[in-house]
Amino acid sequence: MSKVRVLVGTRKGAFILTADGKREKWDVSGPHFAGWEMYHVKGSPVDPNRLYASQTSGWFGQVIQRSSDGGKTWETPGGEAMPTPGSMPAGASNKFVYDVSPSTGKPLTTHQWYDGTQHPWEFKRVWHLEPSLTDADTVYAGVEDAALFKSTDGAKSWQELSGLRGHGTGPKWQPGAGGMCLHSILLDPSNPQRIYIAISAAGAFRTDDGGKTWKPINQGLKSTYIPDPTAEIGHCVHHIAMHPSRPGVLFMQKHWDVMRSDNAGDMWREVSGNLPTDFGFVIDVHAHEPETIYVVPIKSDGEHFPMDGKLRVYRSRTGGNEWEPLTKGLPQSDCYVNVLRDAMAVDSLDSCGVYFGTTGGQVYCSPNAGDTWAPIVHDLPAVLSVEVQTIQ
Amino acid sequence: MIQVILPAHLRTLARVDGEVAVNVEGQATLRSVLDALEAQYPVLRGTIRDHVTLQRRPFLRFFACQEDLSLEPPDTPLPDAVARGSEPFMIIGAIAGG
Repeated sequence: MSKVRVLVGTRKGAFILTADGKREKWDVSGPHFAGWEMYHVKGSPVDPNRLYASQTSGWFGQVIQRSSDGGKTWETPGGEAMPTPGSMPAGASNKFVYDVSPSTGKPLTTHQWYDGTQHPWEFKRVWHLEPSLTDADTVYAGVEDAALFKSTDGAKSWQELSGLRGHGTGPKWQPGAGGMCLHSILLDPSNPQRIYIAISAAGAFRTDDGGKTWKPINQGLKSTYIPDPTAEIGHCVHHIAMHPSRPGVLFMQKHWDVMRSDNAGDMWREVSGNLPTDFGFVIDVHAHEPETIYVVPIKSDGEHFPMDGKLRVYRSRTGGNEWEPLTKGLPQSDCYVNVLRDAMAVDSLDSCGVYFGTTGGQVYCSPNAGDTWAPIVHDLPAVLSVEVQTIQ
Repeated sequence: MIQVILPAHLRTLARVDGEVAVNVEGQATLRSVLDALEAQYPVLRGTIRDHVTLQRRPFLRFFACQEDLSLEPPDTPLPDAVARGSEPFMIIGAIAGG
């Protein structure tokens, strides 16, 4: 019988929630890595028992954890003690070193600081881990300050795909309120050379050659909070999503505006439609209906909570513009939580499950594509990320 | 053997309880003790000092024999009592929050 495994990253540890296909009775495991910020936990599509986790701390920096048994046990790749005293330790799984210019040996570029001055790149943490669609030992990491790294040895070592930072627009990138983070990585299942990423606050980018070269894909975005609202660079993209059957169709929750592209990001159009507010962080796509999408509207950039204290998921069955509120089982009074950008996911059971986590520590599940909701847990630390594995 | 006291989160990460003991060839300095610690527990690389620059992470401090060694050059010899193993070398997380 199928089951689902929900991987939850929080401010104070990771949790693994499992249930059978009915998604009614849940087993809660955790906290794993108690006390650490767990930005993201995600499983390999090739081997569901292979999990990768980003463990971070303001004191101790970045750690990458890996599990080969679905989260029962964990290891730091390459972090084991050396058998021979005095031999060089191999642990480099948390070593994220930015490339330098091959010609000068100097930093590849600088970026724009909050005050408009140029600032050097400084590694802070891994926001998002995206395992390869074809190889369990290959995984991508989106980091702050924004860059994309790749490991092909199960996260033992990392190499930057520096064509992204180095393609020319780097000096115009600037941090959003949460830092200058590369938070979204979408791998095209039909074309292994194509990857989409998004950065706050730079925008969305695409490579068509496996990460060697990149181009901004922000045409059609309009951001009135930057000096040039239609600039090529500088848009605060909060999240992007796609359905694997139509990898050229992208959906975006921007700082303000819900957007859609039908040509792999070459042009975007707004599909906010009748949403009560088009500010928000998450966006996701139904597992079996590529035109059914979900957002959680948040009141504004200054008030990061639902409007009127009512937690409502909005669903569009038309790929945007026409939205319906989904409220059954969600608090409809005095609710002032936020839903962060990586904290929504879907399962692929016949009746698509939709999941999201809140900064109030709730993780909600809808086993019927959003029609009704119930909390799986309601007192976790603030939820940073939610991923779901459907295990046959 | 030099006794090293780690912050609780790093003890968990290194899967050790209490103090750890490291063997240092030659003079015991900040650098040689941290080198030995990272060689024995590679998972700690990057969590106490930067991978590349080897600079102390900003929210960590080093103490020994009630002396603050955090800002001392890396080749500063540690006190004799630490080198003999009768006093520990302490790695402490800066206090934050209420």
